[in-house]
Amino acid sequence: MPMAKVHVQTTINGEAADFLCEPRQSLLECLRDILTLTGTKEGCNDGNCGACTVLLDGRAVTSCLVLGVEAEGRSITTIEGIAGGSGLHPLQQAFLEDAALQCGICTPGFIVAAKALLDQEPHPTEERIRRYLANNLCRCTGYDKIIRAIQHAASQMEEAKA
Amino acid sequence: MSATEYSVIGTRPIRHDGADKVTGRALYGGDFQIAGLLYGHVLRSPHAHARIVRIDTRKAEALPGVRAVATAADFPPSGDRLVDLGEGQTPLSYIRGNVLASGKVLYKGHAVAAVAAVSAHVAEEAASLIEVDYEPLPCVLTAPEAMKEGAPILHDSLRTKELGEDGGLVSNVAEHFRHVLGDISQGFAQADAVIEREFHTSTVHQGYIEPHNATALWNNDGRVQVWCSTQGAFVVRDTMACILDIPVSQVKVTPMEIGGGFGGKIPVYLEPVAAVLSRKSGRPVKITMPRKDILEGTGPTPGSYIKVRIGASRDGRITAAQAHLAYEAGAYPGAMVGAGAMCVFAAYDIANITIDGYDVVVNKPSTAAYRAPGATNAAFATETVIDELAEKLGIDPIDFRLRNAAKEGTRRADGPKYRRIGCVEVLEAMKSHPHYTAPIEGPNRGRGVAIGFWFNVGLPSSVTLSVNSDGTVNLVEGSTDIGGTRTSIAMQAAEVLGIPAESVHPSVVDTDSIGFTAVTGGSRTTFATGMAACEAAQDAIRQMKERAARLWEVDASSVEFAKGSFRSNGHSCSFQELAGKLGQTGGPIIGRGAVNPRGAGGSFAGAIADVEVDPETGKVNILRFTSVQDVGKAIHPAYVEGQMQGGSAQGIGWGLNEEYYMSAAGAMMNSSLLDYRMPTTLDLPMIDTCIVEVPNPSHPFGVRGVGEANIVPPPAALANAIYRAAGVRLRRLPMKPSAVAEAIWSKNL
Amino acid sequence: MAVVYIPALLRPIVGREQVEVEAGSVRQIIDRLEELYPGVRERLVDGARLRSGVSVAIDGEVETLGILASVPPSSEVHFVLALSGG
Repeated sequence: MPMAKVHVQTTINGEAADFLCEPRQSLLECLRDILTLTGTKEGCNDGNCGACTVLLDGRAVTSCLVLGVEAEGRSITTIEGIAGGSGLHPLQQAFLEDAALQCGICTPGFIVAAKALLDQEPHPTEERIRRYLANNLCRCTGYDKIIRAIQHAASQMEEAKA
Repeated sequence: MSATEYSVIGTRPIRHDGADKVTGRALYGGDFQIAGLLYGHVLRSPHAHARIVRIDTRKAEALPGVRAVATAADFPPSGDRLVDLGEGQTPLSYIRGNVLASGKVLYKGHAVAAVAAVSAHVAEEAASLIEVDYEPLPCVLTAPEAMKEGAPILHDSLRTKELGEDGGLVSNVAEHFRHVLGDISQGFAQADAVIEREFHTSTVHQGYIEPHNATALWNNDGRVQVWCSTQGAFVVRDTMACILDIPVSQVKVTPMEIGGGFGGKIPVYLEPVAAVLSRKSGRPVKITMPRKDILEGTGPTPGSYIKVRIGASRDGRITAAQAHLAYEAGAYPGAMVGAGAMCVFAAYDIANITIDGYDVVVNKPSTAAYRAPGATNAAFATETVIDELAEKLGIDPIDFRLRNAAKEGTRRADGPKYRRIGCVEVLEAMKSHPHYTAPIEGPNRGRGVAIGFWFNVGLPSSVTLSVNSDGTVNLVEGSTDIGGTRTSIAMQAAEVLGIPAESVHPSVVDTDSIGFTAVTGGSRTTFATGMAACEAAQDAIRQMKERAARLWEVDASSVEFAKGSFRSNGHSCSFQELAGKLGQTGGPIIGRGAVNPRGAGGSFAGAIADVEVDPETGKVNILRFTSVQDVGKAIHPAYVEGQMQGGSAQGIGWGLNEEYYMSAAGAMMNSSLLDYRMPTTLDLPMIDTCIVEVPNPSHPFGVRGVGEANIVPPPAALANAIYRAAGVRLRRLPMKPSAVAEAIWSKNL
Repeated sequence: MAVVYIPALLRPIVGREQVEVEAGSVRQIIDRLEELYPGVRERLVDGARLRSGVSVAIDGEVETLGILASVPPSSEVHFVLALSGG
């Protein structure tokens, strides 16, 4: 039966946000069903596919394994917060240019996870990218174009800095 | 036509829905929101085979927050009606019975009842309060077991059909297919080497990342609206109409973005359930299927038992081939063994062939299509035997295949002669590919090759195209876009219109807003909907010529259109200029295209795999992988490569890891994405692609479907590579580490 | 005359692998076969259309019109499995 709701105050994509949720609701549910931030996707709801990846205080997590109430006082970045004000993030641009998506359902999770990687390590090797993204499943692409897009974005970001 | 003559075809524009999909704005079925939404949950059978004695929903109904509970009794009775949902006549009772069981449950995970409540949590809790009394029955899980006399029977009314003839006896064998060409006894008598082997393949799942989902609203005017994730909105509409016994026009289906399908999102599971829950509650109801339920309750692809016997002469000519294929349909008939039977020797020119296929029901989920359905199982068997024969005869495996390759005019096992096909071209591309010519060195390493075929289909598609005053066009289509087909279709219209791909704005719309369009499946979308788009573009051009003629006061027949310009008697204007004058020359222009094309043009694919086998653990590491495919003409090469890479990855998963691990009682023991092991980034190398273009004469740009054939060769290519690396022939899928290790141990005993 | 290839499962009724018939459409072919080999129609046709799972191919190309398809003279006609895909 319905439960009493908890008031959660948090930061989402750089802005203060608050919501009411049941203690049993996952962060994924809160983002999608309460805050209508549906860019974060549900794939398996048990932490095995990575489609729901968000950044929690800068760290990539599967939001289906985080409770909404755990967002209290934390900072969350979702796919909706990846692009700058006007243009796309270099990762997003590279995914488009390199055809790194087919159905696109895993794409938000991959882009968010890849951003977490590139934020820590601007020049990851292919092997490092593969290790970092091993929890993100894609069933359409065989990963080839995804890995290449991330390498491409990394070099674009390097050029932009230079 | 060579590629240089096209201005749009063969280029790599950014897909039209790209920005939405990389920013999270694209709305998939699960993202749909509507005021007053309730959430549904489906209760499923814990037994693989049982009689339903009693269902008591009272406790669930009494739970606060619950708004409706439904069982099969809420559907109108199906009786003996046969319905045609695009795949031939099927008993409605099968389709309805898979959506919600009545009388018996036929697999663990079979839907039994459903709840709608104010939240998904409340719905799930309420479903657990539904009391169902079952009388468990013995279950049968494999085709060979189910074919035995005395096996538990799934359907009391099922009798074996043989091309329309009823076998008379109740059986688990729904259908027997047979193809006979020439005389195999004569053919085998001519052979110097004959090899016969048995193969088993496990049930595997399509594994789309997006869960099945559906939102339905049974409106107060009696019309049912559905928003869902489907490969074919019209199939959903027509299935809903059949199950709910209402006219098709009373159902409107809006296909939301779809997160993968691979054949598995053709059948309907949740939509009619959400609809009856909506009717009972008076509110819209959304159901999202949990992953465990997806694995246990939706159609995987058949497990199979296959026996293949092939004979060849000393000079490397195949003289005869025989196959016995028994595929597990799951709970209801339809294992696609007919397709398997047509593909098992499709790559070869063989004078003497006999093929028997058996469609066998077992107590597993009702199977659905999966990318070249039926062909991968069959090719695993054939291509492994072919490899063994080539070795025995001392011929390079590609040369052996080339010596026997099917070509234009080759008679297929089921009779017809091939039109233009690219089997030889694929093999030649493999043979000269730098991957194949590079040496493979080192211990426990080996290279394997295999080829495969898929027929591809045509089927109906509709497109309308309206010309905007700024020289762009809006293209409206009914094909859900799973992998970039908005763009591959728009590019074909753009090529005809002489405008850039970016000047075509494609929209995938609901079933009220476009003519009938069959599923996105069978590798048909870029082919058939592309043809509809070409036709619509040509229709618009024809009308625009009349406008130009009016402007220039010339005869319309004198107006020519080429490279984006209209010309007549010294007059000329661009498509864009004329588009700006439609208002003054007679009003809007809409081009129409509606096709049901012949000549889909089958596609051949090949795989080259280098592996390293760990002799201790049996783990197979893929060192290098190349996918080769005849695509006819690559409209958008990047997305063609993507299809080839994706199909290869799925074939690799099927070959090495994926399986339904079943208990003796018929329970799937690995129903999560942790335990049902699909390839991750760490399991795959970069996948090289080699696009071969043997134009399909039946398509304006030569397109053959590219979506499916690429999944067919990988398991056999890997099996052949493992043999060369470790000296063992694996004849059971998946070739998981324990199986490879066991084979190596047995060899070394 | 069209050459009609008899599917393996119908050969016991027809007694041969090919039959030449004078016909302008698939429907006429089936009518003619039924006259010659009673019982064939029921195996191929269900009501006014080809049986579920059966397609007709003319000169190697699967027809979308089924029994309504016209048959050019001296073409090869096969009854094959209907296919869809994933």
